[in-house]
Amino acid sequence: MFQAFVIQALVTGGVYALLAVGFSLIFGVARMVNLAHTSFLMLAAYGMFYTTYRLGLDVFTAILISLVATVVIGLASYKLFIDRIREHEVTVMLITLALATIFQECMVLAFGAHFREAPTLIPGFIEVLGVKISYQHLLTIAVVAVVLVAIWLLLTRTKLGIAIRATAQDTEVANLMGINVSQILLIAMGIAAALAAIAGIVVAPLWVVYPYMWMNPLVMIMAIVVLGGLGSIKGSVIGAFIIGLVEAAVVFYLPGGAFLRGAIALLVMVILLVVRPEGLFGIVFEEERL
Amino acid sequence: MKRFFLISFVSILIIALVLPACAPQQKDVIKVGVIGPMKFLEGEHHWMGAQLAADEINAAGGVNLNGKMYQIELIKADSNEILSPTDAASAMERLLTVDKPNFVVGGFRTEGVFPMQEVAMNYKTIFINCGAATRALQMKVAEDYDRYKYFFKGTPYNEYYLVNSDFLMLGMVAATLKKQLNITDKLRVAIVAEKLTWADAMVKTAEATIPKMGMEVTGVWRPSDTATDVNAELTAIAATNPHIIFPTFSGPVGVTFSKQAGEMQIPAAIVGIVVEAQKFGFWEATGGKGNYVMTLNTYGPGIKITEKTIPFFENFEKKFGQPPAYTAATYDAIYIMKDAIEKGQTLDADLLVPIIEKTDYQGTSGRVMYYGMDFDAKKYQAPHDLVYGPGYVTGLGLEWVDGKQVGVWPALGIGSGGWEKIDYPGIQPYVINPAVVEKFGQPAAPAAVE
Repeated sequence: MFQAFVIQALVTGGVYALLAVGFSLIFGVARMVNLAHTSFLMLAAYGMFYTTYRLGLDVFTAILISLVATVVIGLASYKLFIDRIREHEVTVMLITLALATIFQECMVLAFGAHFREAPTLIPGFIEVLGVKISYQHLLTIAVVAVVLVAIWLLLTRTKLGIAIRATAQDTEVANLMGINVSQILLIAMGIAAALAAIAGIVVAPLWVVYPYMWMNPLVMIMAIVVLGGLGSIKGSVIGAFIIGLVEAAVVFYLPGGAFLRGAIALLVMVILLVVRPEGLFGIVFEEERL
Repeated sequence: MKRFFLISFVSILIIALVLPACAPQQKDVIKVGVIGPMKFLEGEHHWMGAQLAADEINAAGGVNLNGKMYQIELIKADSNEILSPTDAASAMERLLTVDKPNFVVGGFRTEGVFPMQEVAMNYKTIFINCGAATRALQMKVAEDYDRYKYFFKGTPYNEYYLVNSDFLMLGMVAATLKKQLNITDKLRVAIVAEKLTWADAMVKTAEATIPKMGMEVTGVWRPSDTATDVNAELTAIAATNPHIIFPTFSGPVGVTFSKQAGEMQIPAAIVGIVVEAQKFGFWEATGGKGNYVMTLNTYGPGIKITEKTIPFFENFEKKFGQPPAYTAATYDAIYIMKDAIEKGQTLDADLLVPIIEKTDYQGTSGRVMYYGMDFDAKKYQAPHDLVYGPGYVTGLGLEWVDGKQVGVWPALGIGSGGWEKIDYPGIQPYVINPAVVEKFGQPAAPAAVE
């Protein structure tokens, strides 16, 4: 039972980590609480459903179309609605929430509020220490690892990464140094939308695809990002595994209260924040930012 | 110029006075409010069932009231109760104050039907609930008859009877496993139910009853009805090594659970209530991984409960391109109201209530009769609730087998107290999930040598 619990905690944490990284990145760079982040996940999931089950395309073409379409929608949303008001944080939150609701209603109009399936990329499962884990869950964890390494390389080893970090530290100084801040923010938004789309493509097959699927994860992701420290990618990943651990513990050791797993995970977050208000890896000074 | 304006004014006045007289006379209509979560399948089928009944009745001339034929006019109201039960009361308020229907059918989730019931009773409007099982809704009639007498059940029967049917199905599956797989040990059952009001009583009863049925409960899991990932629950359940998983789900978690259980090939027979598995889209929603999930349902393809079942099922499929879900019982509800109006020759709700109470109607899912105020609480009856059991409404157990819904319960010779005599044409034998056969199947004991 214990090994099942540990493995399950890793699996749940991995799924959350993949979702939280993009959210954390866009906050770290643009100081933007993008409440539409998980709606991009939902759009990508619908993209997979539509291109495979309705258009009959193969999975790789479906992934490409879903990814590109979601990024284009993310960039268009940023350019049309967010860019001009991005310094007004509350307005950005409201606009992104409105965008998420609009995307949701568009899906209701197009596909109805029915439950759909996104195709499983690798069907089947493996037994580890007597615990069955689907390949799709393992793929999710692998994708988390690849995404984290890629993001780290991008931010630390490339000119674009230096520009993103400079913009994250001080927009005005970055601007004075000749960095096109507007373009950097647009690129960061594109990366965040792509990460949400990747999450949609690998996580959606584990879930059920429906227009309201973005709501529950949004709450958990926000909790994870706040727990890890706003804008800290490392914090988000560790926060995701802590929440995964708590959720698995509730299901395994309090099965009758499994429905409370989200609430208990949020309670743990509140307790940790009371002890450490800036979050696990939150920054006090901007210079500390990655 | 003045003359031109005068002529124009007089012309407009004449047109304004004459046009209404030329307009077609408004027909005599009986307005029926159809309320439900219209963005979801449950609400859509409320509407479709009502539409089919209204079309048939109107095509046959309408409802005969005092020698005049009245057409049925349907009014759609979206309760949005799946996403927000609090929206349901305002949707009902709007329906009753703006559209003023003669009666209302619909409702799905208990949490939404409770407030809708209050509003309908405030306006003394007959409301036939075609979705929420909870007996407490019907018990309001017993608590305050004068206020709640306008509230009737359309479908399903209450949760205690749902549990009873559930146990009968469970008993059948358990007996099949034991017999076909030669299992001599005590069967183990994992109970899993979403955390919603209607499921609470079912879980409590299941915990008490399953041991009495000679089986062992390995644990109770209560995920949220909207849980997106139940891998943890499934891993925990699998660790207890059950032969059977006994689910109670009305929400999307039913799809998630069935899909992930199929993906992980959990070697346990899944039998219980999975509302999502009642729907034709279940196979697609689970990507075919919901194979061998067995759920209680109301209608099934090719299964004849009464003379009306198959024509209703086929006409529904023909008209809407999909089979009816249980909330399509608005069809029967409208026919029951038609009969009551024609018997009473009135639209007065106070005069119609005693007539509906005496309903004896061969519906699409069985013989519809209502318990009265002399109900037997010890038998979980409730006033204005559906009479349950052999000869009345029984429900069906449907199993998904290779993309098709197959009726497997009630089966002739299975059960007791009259259940064993039920013989619905179209019922087929239960198919055991091959993963269960592989894990628990034992070679048959050698025949005794005399």
